[in-house]
Amino acid sequence: MRPFKTLQKLYDEESQVVITEKGSPPRVLFHGENFLQEDLPVGTRVIFPRPPLAGVPNVKAAIRYAINNPEGMEPLHALLKPGMRLTCVIDDISVPLPPMVTPDVRQTILEIVLELAADSGVDDIHLVIANALHRRMTEGEMKRMVGEKIFDAYYPDRYYNHDAEDPDGMVALERTSHGEEVSVNRRVAESDLIVYVNVNFVPMNGGHKSMGTGVSNYASLRHHHNPKTIRDSDSYMEPKTSALYKSNERIGRNIDKHLKVFHIETALNNRMFGGPTDFLAKKEEDYTEADRLKFQAMRFALSKVPRAAARKVLNSIPAPYDVTGVYAGATEPTHAKTLETSYKQYVVPVEGQSDIVIFPIPFISPYSVNSILNPLLVQVMGLGYFYNLNRGVPLVKKGGVLILLHPAYDEFDPEHHPSYIEFFHRLLPETRDSMKLEHKYEREFAENPSYVHLYRKGNAYHGVHPFYMWYWGENGRQHVGKVIVAGAENNHVPALMGWERTDTLTEAIEEARGFMGRSATISLLRIAPTVMVDVK
Amino acid sequence: MSAKAAFFDVDGTLVKTNVVHVYAYYAMNRGSVLGMAGRTLSTALSVPLFGVMDALDRKTFNEFFYRYYAGLSEDRLVTIAEDMFEDVLQPALFAQTQDLIDQARRSGCKIVLVTGALDFTMRPLARHLGADDLIANKMQFVGGKATGKVIPPIIEGANKANAIRAYCTKEGLSLDKCHGYSDSASDYAMLAVVGRPTAVNPDLRLRSIARAYNWPILDLK
Repeated sequence: MRPFKTLQKLYDEESQVVITEKGSPPRVLFHGENFLQEDLPVGTRVIFPRPPLAGVPNVKAAIRYAINNPEGMEPLHALLKPGMRLTCVIDDISVPLPPMVTPDVRQTILEIVLELAADSGVDDIHLVIANALHRRMTEGEMKRMVGEKIFDAYYPDRYYNHDAEDPDGMVALERTSHGEEVSVNRRVAESDLIVYVNVNFVPMNGGHKSMGTGVSNYASLRHHHNPKTIRDSDSYMEPKTSALYKSNERIGRNIDKHLKVFHIETALNNRMFGGPTDFLAKKEEDYTEADRLKFQAMRFALSKVPRAAARKVLNSIPAPYDVTGVYAGATEPTHAKTLETSYKQYVVPVEGQSDIVIFPIPFISPYSVNSILNPLLVQVMGLGYFYNLNRGVPLVKKGGVLILLHPAYDEFDPEHHPSYIEFFHRLLPETRDSMKLEHKYEREFAENPSYVHLYRKGNAYHGVHPFYMWYWGENGRQHVGKVIVAGAENNHVPALMGWERTDTLTEAIEEARGFMGRSATISLLRIAPTVMVDVK
Repeated sequence: MSAKAAFFDVDGTLVKTNVVHVYAYYAMNRGSVLGMAGRTLSTALSVPLFGVMDALDRKTFNEFFYRYYAGLSEDRLVTIAEDMFEDVLQPALFAQTQDLIDQARRSGCKIVLVTGALDFTMRPLARHLGADDLIANKMQFVGGKATGKVIPPIIEGANKANAIRAYCTKEGLSLDKCHGYSDSASDYAMLAVVGRPTAVNPDLRLRSIARAYNWPILDLK
């Protein structure tokens, strides 16, 4: 019989943490548009996402209950007055990932709110997508998000993307106590009531960030989307440790002082995979023979089609998320409730940090929906989002090694990410220093008329966006001692990023052990679906 | 003084037409303007003919055509240019042209149009768009009458790049910080000389060049 200590290790109080032992099954790991199947060294700590929480039994009823019993505000029907100007501001396509099966929860909320508004004699209504400096959503994406009925009634005059570069489209409010500029969309600023329709995918979303970032512009965003703020943030996912959150909070409080904003926030569970891909949400220990066959077939098929086709297939599979909570009312008390539900779904407590941490990088990110996960986005997934999926204490030790699994191909989407191309090929060869990049080049990219045009009239991310992506990895970059990208198909992408590369995960682990010592501890965050750690 | 400028080609970049349409407009006014040329070419025939000649060699075409201005008074040419702007150029402007120019100005650029057309034909357009300067070919006038000759160097192809370089030197602008916009691979030199080139509604060759060099590509509507 095993000694009690080993048994305790294997059957941790937290069943989402599995320690690899001899005979453990190989792990199924995202590697861009395909998967790796890898045996991990004995003793590796594998952290799995929690199973999806049960959704609310009746989403419409939950929405109605929330708007009739809001936090810190009067019920929505009491705020609606005939003849008023109402603007619904809606989270954009960057959440959730992948896009959810229709009807999207935003559609369900809008159907209820718009009906209520019509009953209250409100007919001056605009629907504004809070895309900030993200790309404009396409007509098809906009239709999918709100459903045909709302789309036909409002698009394009009263349902549109926020335009942060419209010279007449922004209004400056008073600065914060820290001197931060506060600019918001003119229609929003001139509305009698704003209903913010949120989808909370990770704890970073929602709250003051919704308005403070979503309908703002470059002049305002640069006060917190900068390397210093990111360095000062221990985790973006924990408000208490995030300078980014605090800046948004100051800006958001200013907005709340001047505008009447009624938030409707929704939390989702992490049912990212359904139907033929449901096995991806399981522990490999629980795979059935059918799951193994499905996985092998999927892997084989993805390896045989061109990458663009694999991308198309993967992007076309929506996620069957369930709504786990709907909260409404004033910004802060509403968001506090959302955060509580969000943590309940995502947080897995773990004991201590690891010397080596492995992040498999999937094909999707908030900035590459229906597009390509280019090298800068791989960077932001690894050193930005995944590194920050904690509550203030990162999973990897200071000076430790991060291993990213991704082909790290040199592919960019010229329609969605035109300024990324210049950033990657022109600026990164000169410097990777965020402070220098900010000081020397940020404004040039932000004001480049071609990039402004592509943002306003095309479907391109704003010219400054690749800088934000680079800054997003800043706290991760400052913390880790080395990044290795395993399975990279070329040398130059990792070299430009300042990373090392290996062909296989095994080689990467060997190299990381060479750096950290033979007894280095290893953790694997088996993501996706979304999972966060709470390091004790 | 601005430290940088945005140089815009005109034909196909800011307006849907090209120089051929401008000439065609003059051809249609043949009774009073083009004399011999007008009498021998019907309007219906002239446009495709000019088009073919233009496609073969823009420089030869220009020189060929400029000769027909000989003997016309400057006043007359300017008057026709005003009409031509209203009838041909203004309706052909891309809807997004003004936005692009305004954005370049907001980013601190001086606005300069660079075109192989004659300056008097482009002046109303430059005024309409709020351009600060116009680099274009200049007709030689003697005693108020056009000679049919263009004052060299002819602004075309690589000479556009030279003209831009000279302009930057004269105005104290940094070429590296300047923007260039064109639709045609024949303007490759002009785009290559500025630090921030952009292909606008590019032809196939320019599109492939722009992709190879990672220049932004704009599709104006």
